[in-house]
Amino acid sequence: MKNIHVSTTINGDPTEFICAPDESLLDVLRDRLGLTGSKEGCGSGDCGACSVTVNGRLVCSCLVLGAEADGAAVETIEGMAQGETLHPLQQHFIDGAALQCGVCTPGILVAAKALLEKNPNPTDTEIRYWLAGNLCRCTGYDKIIKAVQSAAAEMRGA
Amino acid sequence: MPLDANKKRVFKVIGTRPARPDGIDKVTGRALYGADATAPGMLFGHILRSPHAHALIKSIDTSAAEALSGVKAIITSKDFGLPDDSSVLDVQDNCMAREKVLYDGHAVAAVAATSAAIAKKALKLIKVDYEALPHVTDVDAAMRPDAPIVQAGRAMDDLPAGLSENVTYHFEFGHGDMDAGFDKADKIVERSFKTAATHQGYIEPHACLASMNSDGKGELWCCTQGQFFVRELCADILEIEASQLRVTASEIGGGFGGKTTVFIEPVALALSRKSGRPVKIVMSREEVFRASGPTVSSSSDVKIGMTKDGRITAAHATFRYQGGAFPCGTVQFGAQSAFAAYDLDAVQTIGWSVLTNRPKEAAYRAPGAPMAIYAVESVVDELCQELGLDPLDVRLKNAAQKGTKSSYGPTFDDIGLKATLEAAVAHPHYTAPLGPNQGRGLSCGFWFNFGGNTCVSLNVNFDGTVGITEGNPDIGGSRASISLMAAEELGIPYEKVRTIVADTNSIGHNDITDGSRVTFAVGLATIKAARDAKQKMCARVAKIWDIDEDAVYWEDGYAKPSGPNAGTFDPMSLEEIAAISAETGGPIAGHHEVNADGAGVSFGVHLVDVEVDPETGATEVLRYTVFQDAGKAIHPDYVEGQMQGGAVQGIGWALNEEYIYGEDGRLQNPGLLDYRIPVASDLPNIDTVILEIPNPGHPYGVRGVGETPIVPPLAAISNAVSRATGLRMSELPMSPPRVLKALSAKG
Repeated sequence: MKNIHVSTTINGDPTEFICAPDESLLDVLRDRLGLTGSKEGCGSGDCGACSVTVNGRLVCSCLVLGAEADGAAVETIEGMAQGETLHPLQQHFIDGAALQCGVCTPGILVAAKALLEKNPNPTDTEIRYWLAGNLCRCTGYDKIIKAVQSAAAEMRGA
Repeated sequence: MPLDANKKRVFKVIGTRPARPDGIDKVTGRALYGADATAPGMLFGHILRSPHAHALIKSIDTSAAEALSGVKAIITSKDFGLPDDSSVLDVQDNCMAREKVLYDGHAVAAVAATSAAIAKKALKLIKVDYEALPHVTDVDAAMRPDAPIVQAGRAMDDLPAGLSENVTYHFEFGHGDMDAGFDKADKIVERSFKTAATHQGYIEPHACLASMNSDGKGELWCCTQGQFFVRELCADILEIEASQLRVTASEIGGGFGGKTTVFIEPVALALSRKSGRPVKIVMSREEVFRASGPTVSSSSDVKIGMTKDGRITAAHATFRYQGGAFPCGTVQFGAQSAFAAYDLDAVQTIGWSVLTNRPKEAAYRAPGAPMAIYAVESVVDELCQELGLDPLDVRLKNAAQKGTKSSYGPTFDDIGLKATLEAAVAHPHYTAPLGPNQGRGLSCGFWFNFGGNTCVSLNVNFDGTVGITEGNPDIGGSRASISLMAAEELGIPYEKVRTIVADTNSIGHNDITDGSRVTFAVGLATIKAARDAKQKMCARVAKIWDIDEDAVYWEDGYAKPSGPNAGTFDPMSLEEIAAISAETGGPIAGHHEVNADGAGVSFGVHLVDVEVDPETGATEVLRYTVFQDAGKAIHPDYVEGQMQGGAVQGIGWALNEEYIYGEDGRLQNPGLLDYRIPVASDLPNIDTVILEIPNPGHPYGVRGVGETPIVPPLAAISNAVSRATGLRMSELPMSPPRVLKALSAKG
C-alpha cells in the first residue's frame, strides 16, 4: 500500500506528513511528529490516554486514522498551554495534586477541556460520566474531579 | 547520633502541600515515559507468544522470517545462556520460553526489524511446532495429585502424600494452644473463600529502549520501579558485568508492584546485541495482560472462635496461592499479615504455594495481604453479626497494640491501629442512616513496610540551591516529599531544592521502589545526608570564624555560634556559605548510605456503604472513608492520593476485576474493556482521615503508606454487600452475575 500525503493543522500550526493508510493518528502524532504527550494505554479506545480533539470533537486518537486528519484541525495536549501560561485545568491539576504517575493526565486534561467548552458548570456526576472513558489507576479520581471543578469555577470567573 | 536522640516533631515545611516538581512536565505532555524515547537507527522489537496454555516446543523455524527484507535479528531461548542462579533462570525462562511454553502468552521468539509492520509480519513467518500438553489454571485443581505437572522437579522437599508436584512451598506460623482456644469460644465460624487473580492495571504498558555494543557495554531506558534490579537481572541474563550496563528509569506510568521485575528488557538487549542497533520494545495491552505479572489467585479456609462479649479465643487460617508457572513466596506475606490486626493467645496460619499454567506472578500493592485479610475480616464480621456485636467494638477489643506479640512473630512497637479504629468510631460516616438494599461494611488492613538499601547524595550548589540525587523511581510524588525533608532539615525553602532520580551509574545501589519504602528509607537517608552537609557547613564556618567546629551549630538555615563563649559572629546562611565554598575547601555535599531497618508497620480501617440492586446484582459504592496511620504525612496530598488510589484498586478487585481463563487455558479478557477497572462514574469521592502516630524508627516518624490502602476494601465491600443482602459472600469479585446468582438461590 502506498503512503498517503496529509495536510492538516495541529495545535494551530500547519502540518504535513505522510502515513500508511492503516496508520492511526496516535502513531502519526507520536512516531512521525514527535508529539509524545498523547499516550497509548490500550490501542482499543478503552483507556482515553490518547485523547485529542479533531475539529473540536473529543476522540481517541488510536481509533482515528492519520489520513482522516487531512484538512482537519487537531488539538493535542502539547497545544493546551499558551507559552508559559498554563491552562487553568493544568494549573489546578498541579495545585490539587490531581496526578500521580501522570500518564493518563494528558488525555484527561484534553477530555476535561472539551467538557468545559460544552458545559462550563458541570456537576460532579456530569464530570464523572464525561471522564468515564479516561482510566486513571493512581488517584481514584477524587482529586481529578475536584481539580476540574476548581478550574471550571476559575474559568467562569467564580 | 542515634535517631532517638535527634527526633523532630515540630515542622516548618513538612506537612505543607507544595506543587510537585514533575507537575508541569506531566500536565504539558513533556514528561518522557518508557515508550517516549527514540534513538538513531532504532529497530522495532516484537515478540511471538504462545497460543497454548502448556505445550512442548518441538522446533522453531525462523528461516522465512529471517529472509524478510528489513528483519535485522531474531532470537529464541537459544540466544541466552543457562544462569546458575535458579531465580535468575526463572526470570529468563519467563522472558523467553525454553523447551516448554508454560502459559498462554509465554514468549517463544522475538524479532527486530526496521519498522513495526515488518516486525509483526516476520512474527507470522516464524513456524513453531508445539505438542500441546494438559494444563491447569485453578489453584485447588493444581494441588490434586492427578493435576498436570507445570514444571517437574520444583516440588517442595518432603511433599506430603496426596499432593501434586505443583506444590512448591509450605510453612506454618503461630503461637498458643489452638484446642484450648477454640474450647473457650461461645461461637466458632469456619468458612472457605476464593479470590480471582487481578492485574495492577498501570495505564502505561511495559516499554524499553536497549542499545548494546559488541564489547559488552549497554544502555537501557525503561519504565521500572527499580533500575538497579533491572541492571542486576539483565547483566546476569546477558552474562555481562553490571558496571557496563547503564539503566535509566523513565518516568513511570504506574507500577503498583508490577514493574519490579523484567519481561522485555533482556529480550531487547539481546536483539540489540545481535543486530548491532538500538531496539525498542513496547508491549501492547493484550501482552500486558497475558505476559506481565498479575497477582496470585487464592483459595483459603478461616476458622475463628469468639466469646459472646467479642473476645477472639483462637484463630486458624489456611491459604493456598497460585503464582503462575514459577515458584513464588507471596503466600508467606499473606499468612503473616492475615491476623496482624489482632492480639491473639492462640493463632495459626498455614500457607501453600502452587504452580499453575498462568503468567509468573509479580508484586501488586501489599502482595499477598489483601486476599488473606479479606478472608479473616469476613469471618470476624460474620461472628459480629451472629453474636449481635458492633464490628468496630470487637476490633477495638481485640486490637494489637504496642507490646502485642504479632501473629507472625515480632512484638509491635508504637502502632496506630487503636487510634485508627477510634477515629472510625467517632466519624459521622459510622452512624449515618442507611436506606433499603444498602449495607455498611468495614475492614482493617495492614502492611509490614520495607526499608532496605538506600543511597542519597545532597549537593550544595554555589548559588545556595540544593540538588538531591537519589535512585528510586517516583511513583507517587516521592520527589516532592524528599525535597520537603531536605528543606526542613536544612532550613531553606522547598523551592530551593531539586530532587532527581539517577541512573544506575550515577549513584550507588538502591533497592526497588517497593514495600512502601521510599518516603521512609530515602527520606531517612536524605535527612542524614542533610545532617552530614550541615556538619560540613558548620566546619567551614568554624574555619572562617577561627573557632572550634563544635562551637558552631545549625539552626533554621544558618550556622550560628553556639553561645557567648564561642564569640560574637553574625550567623551565616546556607547561601552565604555556599557562595564562598570554593575558598573554604571546595564544593560541599552530604551523603548517606544505609540498609535501613526500622520501617514502621501501617494499619488502616476502611468504612464503606453500598447499595445492591436486587434486579441486576450490581453493587454501587455510595460512600467511602479511609482511616490510616501515616506516622507523619510529609506531603499530605500524596498520602491522601495513596489512600484514595489504593482504596479504588481494592474496590475494583472486590467488584469487577478478574482474570478469566477458558477451558483451553487461554486468557479470555486480555483488554481494558473486558477486564474492567473502576472508572470515574463508578465511584463516589473517597474521603480520607490521616492519623499520625510516629514511627520510632524514622527521625520524622514516617511510615510507608502506599500499600495498606488496597487491603481493606475487599472485605469491607464484601461485608457491606453481605449486610445489604443478608447473604454471606465468599468469592471475589462480587460481579453482578455472581451476586444475582446468590440472590436468586436465596429466593
